[in-house]
Amino acid sequence: MTTQPSNDSSKSKLSWSARFAQSPLLLRIAQAWEALLARRWLLPVLLVIGLALSFLIPQFRLVNEYVQLIMMYVGINIIMTISLNLINGYMGEFSVGHAGFMAVGAYIGALLTTQVLPYAWLEGPLVMIVFPLIVLAGGAGAALVGLLVAVPSFRTRGDYLAIVTLAFNMIVKSVIENIEAIGGPRGIPGIDKLTTMPWVFFWTVLAVWVIRNFIYSNFGRGVLSLREDEIASDLMSVNTRQVKLLAFVLSSFFAGIGGALFAHLLQFISPRVFDIIKSTDFLIMVYLGGIGSIGGSVLGATIYTVLLEVLRPLQVWRFVLMPLLLVFLMLYRPRGIMGLREFRWFVPNSELLVGKKKEVGNAAAD
Amino acid sequence: MSAASLPTSSPRSDDQIPLLAVRDLVISYGNILAVKGISFDVYEGEIVTLIGANGAGKSTTLRGISGLVPYSGDIWYQGQSLRRVPADQIVGRGIAQVPEGRGIFGNLTVLENLKLATWQRKDKGAIADDYERVFKIFPRLQERQSQLSGTLSGGEQQMLAVGRALMSRAKMMLLDEPSMGLAPVLVRDIFQVVQEINRQGTTVLLVEQNANMALRVASRAYVLETGTITLAGTGEELLKDPRVREAYLGG
Repeated sequence: MTTQPSNDSSKSKLSWSARFAQSPLLLRIAQAWEALLARRWLLPVLLVIGLALSFLIPQFRLVNEYVQLIMMYVGINIIMTISLNLINGYMGEFSVGHAGFMAVGAYIGALLTTQVLPYAWLEGPLVMIVFPLIVLAGGAGAALVGLLVAVPSFRTRGDYLAIVTLAFNMIVKSVIENIEAIGGPRGIPGIDKLTTMPWVFFWTVLAVWVIRNFIYSNFGRGVLSLREDEIASDLMSVNTRQVKLLAFVLSSFFAGIGGALFAHLLQFISPRVFDIIKSTDFLIMVYLGGIGSIGGSVLGATIYTVLLEVLRPLQVWRFVLMPLLLVFLMLYRPRGIMGLREFRWFVPNSELLVGKKKEVGNAAAD
Repeated sequence: MSAASLPTSSPRSDDQIPLLAVRDLVISYGNILAVKGISFDVYEGEIVTLIGANGAGKSTTLRGISGLVPYSGDIWYQGQSLRRVPADQIVGRGIAQVPEGRGIFGNLTVLENLKLATWQRKDKGAIADDYERVFKIFPRLQERQSQLSGTLSGGEQQMLAVGRALMSRAKMMLLDEPSMGLAPVLVRDIFQVVQEINRQGTTVLLVEQNANMALRVASRAYVLETGTITLAGTGEELLKDPRVREAYLGG
């Protein structure tokens, strides 16, 4: 997806305050926001608080179980959104089959739990070691499949690659439907509820951290250059195949992680859960939050998931209201909430310094 | 096969080995033959220009050299064939191209654009020197290093494109229509920079429609017409050649 160059750089310092300069109240809010963002040490502090809460909330039932469930869905959806954003936002491809990777992870995880591993392993303290391995296995399986989808991306781009990923999603669904040994169209019921809030928190933070570090690495810069101009990135010595392969593998790995967590939270999976509609949900979260933005992915996943629940009393009408909201969002903020911009908390220190110190020597110190 | 045994069609008759030797290059897009078996040499330290009208096959030739399109015939660089060498490795061997239309990464900053050209390089110390060199040639880029490159003016973008090619520490630079879309005064600046880069030791292969400017800076030149080389000579010779004057310099 090509995007028009614009003035609102992720590095520009007065983005918010400049825009709201007219209103004194908003200006004060903006200043407070800026001051907040400047305090980078707050991020690790918030992480520790979040980790503590993830243990405390279920332990002392600080919120009811329904809200706890939604919070865990938010976490899983953040993992899914951020991994899809790597392909659709940062690399500028258009993958529409993300639920396919999720299905692979979910089924591998669910099968390990229900059919392969002895039940004794899932009891007592042993589960603390076994469950992460189950989730990792789901991620690894999805990553392998991601490798297969990356290969057509060497030859085709844009709409055509979208068709490939669409086909992939359909293939995964019908393959699962036709293998009786893994439940066929009936799916797998009675999966142990191993996904707990601390685990969701852990995997979500891990996904955000890994993908953020990837994006600001040399490889990540290669991913960005692919979005901007593939031929030019070839001419800049970027090994485009290697970069595409790595991006697809990383993206599908985390989709698989999300799938395995999802299976052990819902406790029941079937091929129908992972159809195109599910992929569309993740697409909406990516474009709602904004392409090419980690902060945007977190926001998009959170807002969409929570809104769908809040609007539940409207019943069928929420599927009228939500798309309408999206239409208006695209009219007034065509790049999503955070399109191509970033919360400064997610930008590494080294990147922020470059803009301030103009010396050549510092510029080179990556 | 060594490069010394190659047939030489160069006007220079000494036994120097060409840095780049193109032999019977044929490139087609589907059924359309864009380049119909051309051969030419570029020697170290030269500025060689390919001039010709739209659709003559100039850009296609450069794309072939950079490994962006498949071709038959052969391209030799420092005595080694470039056939089947992937594009990113060709840059690593020392051939950098400034593509037509600049190929700037518009949503990335100037600095990120420059950084990308060092993607495969591991020599951090030398990279720092190269930033210094690029910023010395283009002080404007240093001022704007944290600006999104899509917001640069056309001239600045062209500077960035050339600066990027310099960052890959190329021995040879392929320039595709650097004057395109620029005001005459900027065109002159860009050509001055090309000459300066050449004086610092980079061999230049220049593709241009602006024949007048290109021939003035070139040591040697080839005229390309619908995929074949019709004329060759030094820049001065071709500037005076009546056929060139009529076709490209407006009589």
